[in-house]
Amino acid sequence: MSGTLIKISETLADSSLQSALYKATGRLISHRKAAIDPQVLDNYQELRSHANAVKKHTIENLDHYLEQFERQVAANGGKVVYCENNEEAADFIISIAKQQSARLIVKSKSMTTEELHLNDWLQKHGLETVETDLGEYIIQLAGETPYHIVAPAMHMTRYDVADIFTEHLGIEREEVPEKQTMIARAVLRDKFLRADIGITGANFLIADSGAVVLVENEGNARLTSTMPKVHIAVAGIEKMLPRAQDLGVFLKLLGRSATGQPLTSYTSFLSGPRRENEADGPDEFYVVLIDNGRTRLLENPERRQSLYCIRCGACLNHCPVYRKIGGHSYPWVYSGPIGAILSPQFHGVERDAWLPYASSLCGACGEVCPVKIEIPKLLLELRSEVVEKAPRSALERLAMKAYAFTMTRPFLYALAGRFLRLAAKLPIPNGWTQERDLPTMPKRSFREEWKSL
Amino acid sequence: MEEPVNARERILSRVRTALGRDRASTITSKLPAVLLAPGTQTDLIHRFRTRLELLNGVTYEAANLSECRAFVAQIAGGRRVWVSSGIPELADLHSATTIDEAEVGITGADYALADTGTLVTFAASDERRASLLPPVHIAILLETRILSGLDELLSAHSRPSEITSSMVLITGPSRTGDIEQILVRGVHGPGELHVVVINDGSPRLSA
Repeated sequence: MSGTLIKISETLADSSLQSALYKATGRLISHRKAAIDPQVLDNYQELRSHANAVKKHTIENLDHYLEQFERQVAANGGKVVYCENNEEAADFIISIAKQQSARLIVKSKSMTTEELHLNDWLQKHGLETVETDLGEYIIQLAGETPYHIVAPAMHMTRYDVADIFTEHLGIEREEVPEKQTMIARAVLRDKFLRADIGITGANFLIADSGAVVLVENEGNARLTSTMPKVHIAVAGIEKMLPRAQDLGVFLKLLGRSATGQPLTSYTSFLSGPRRENEADGPDEFYVVLIDNGRTRLLENPERRQSLYCIRCGACLNHCPVYRKIGGHSYPWVYSGPIGAILSPQFHGVERDAWLPYASSLCGACGEVCPVKIEIPKLLLELRSEVVEKAPRSALERLAMKAYAFTMTRPFLYALAGRFLRLAAKLPIPNGWTQERDLPTMPKRSFREEWKSL
Repeated sequence: MEEPVNARERILSRVRTALGRDRASTITSKLPAVLLAPGTQTDLIHRFRTRLELLNGVTYEAANLSECRAFVAQIAGGRRVWVSSGIPELADLHSATTIDEAEVGITGADYALADTGTLVTFAASDERRASLLPPVHIAILLETRILSGLDELLSAHSRPSEITSSMVLITGPSRTGDIEQILVRGVHGPGELHVVVINDGSPRLSA
């Protein structure tokens, strides 16, 4: 918590970061708003409800769809591998790398592999893994974690990028974003042409087709899944959708909620290695399905809706807390409201007991969620779990009992009210009123007013 | 019960236990019906061109293959060209030795989506790299292949995996906003996208 507190106060004190954060999320908010306007999308709410129903059904029958997916991937000539955690996932990828005598791995943006710290594991085994999404590449060079689910380098300026590129690429300082982008293109293009293995995430897994769906704007996910001999997609088991036709709903929601795009520049629907009648594409195709704590979330029928998330980032953009404290103040790779409900469920509420409280409960996150996850409700549930599990002092327990006793007895309640109206006139110790004013107390209570009406 | 030996068995067994399901693995709740709208069929080419131009794509209309060839030659303008093996009709325009050094990539398009200005390409018809590696992509599209939108595509192909290992939807040039949200085109894929629409009513390019 203390590290987090420092991060929070640093973020709050950094006025240029505050304004960048506010502007960047503000722009995403207005793009989304324009993209779901009834003039351009007449059934947005219907799509949300439908997406929620499809996800609910899929999660409730997840084992069925996992097995169907597995059969279909095999029928397409690919292979599904289940992994409990990062160690198993890394072991599998290392075994493939050995088979291929691979040295270089290119990666496209994947929150699941961030969650697993996969790059660290692979690098420990002498494998060079290069992030190829521009934002991810920048933060990989800087040794940081993503600031935002869809905009990993949201907190950096062109000058930060200039510093990072000069230091790590040994080039002359360049401060123009267009030119910086072209520098990254050239460096990474060379990596794409030499890489032996490409690792992607998956926005969706399609059970009836054995397909992995990748949604992006840059083309790096296409390159990662097209150029190397081996394509490995790493995905959480919850990314499943039953049918290819469900994409009609989910693609319409994802791009709009994330960046306000009806469709992003590229959507790849990938089902297996290159076929005989096809000119190019990978020779081998693997899907690594990750648990890493997800099955624990399935146990609670109320809370398993957290697994419906399609990682659009809309709840971050709309959260008054995220917009002030930023992505690095959260303890895990998932930040914002979705992070505040995922982290405690993955790691236990004790680990970051403050997280469910990092919300004003304004409800914006739930309102903008494209799959209608009831985030505010889950935050409250997690808060009550924190309270149930936290050891409370005898004094607090006694105070709560006295409170309950008073509140259930009208006579005592009226008496206590009269007493507190008087007590509020006394100065309060501990400097509590140094930075806040107490409201002025009325002379008579509402109940007294009511009687005299 | 014995602890299953491999990760697959362990994970599936935990999923079943958590959901209160048994090994039989049948669906216990009803899967919502597919939600796909028929889409508006009028003015498809105009809608497609308008949408794509909004995304900085450039579109052309050709009455036949020779007009199309003239457009392509004009766009390529003497640069090194890689023609996808999927369009032998334009093979004579091929001039690059390797695809890595090509400045212009030419492919067909299996479909286009009018609502979003999207091209749909199947790996079974075109080289995946030809629409991806060169900084300029020219796609040849038959007007008869323009559909209203994503929903119509998914109605026509309920399982794209039966036809191809890779279906890619291309909606405008490659772009990024990762540095200060400044829009930059051509970050990894082509920064320029040209689409020549042949509106001779033929169902095939060479017809």
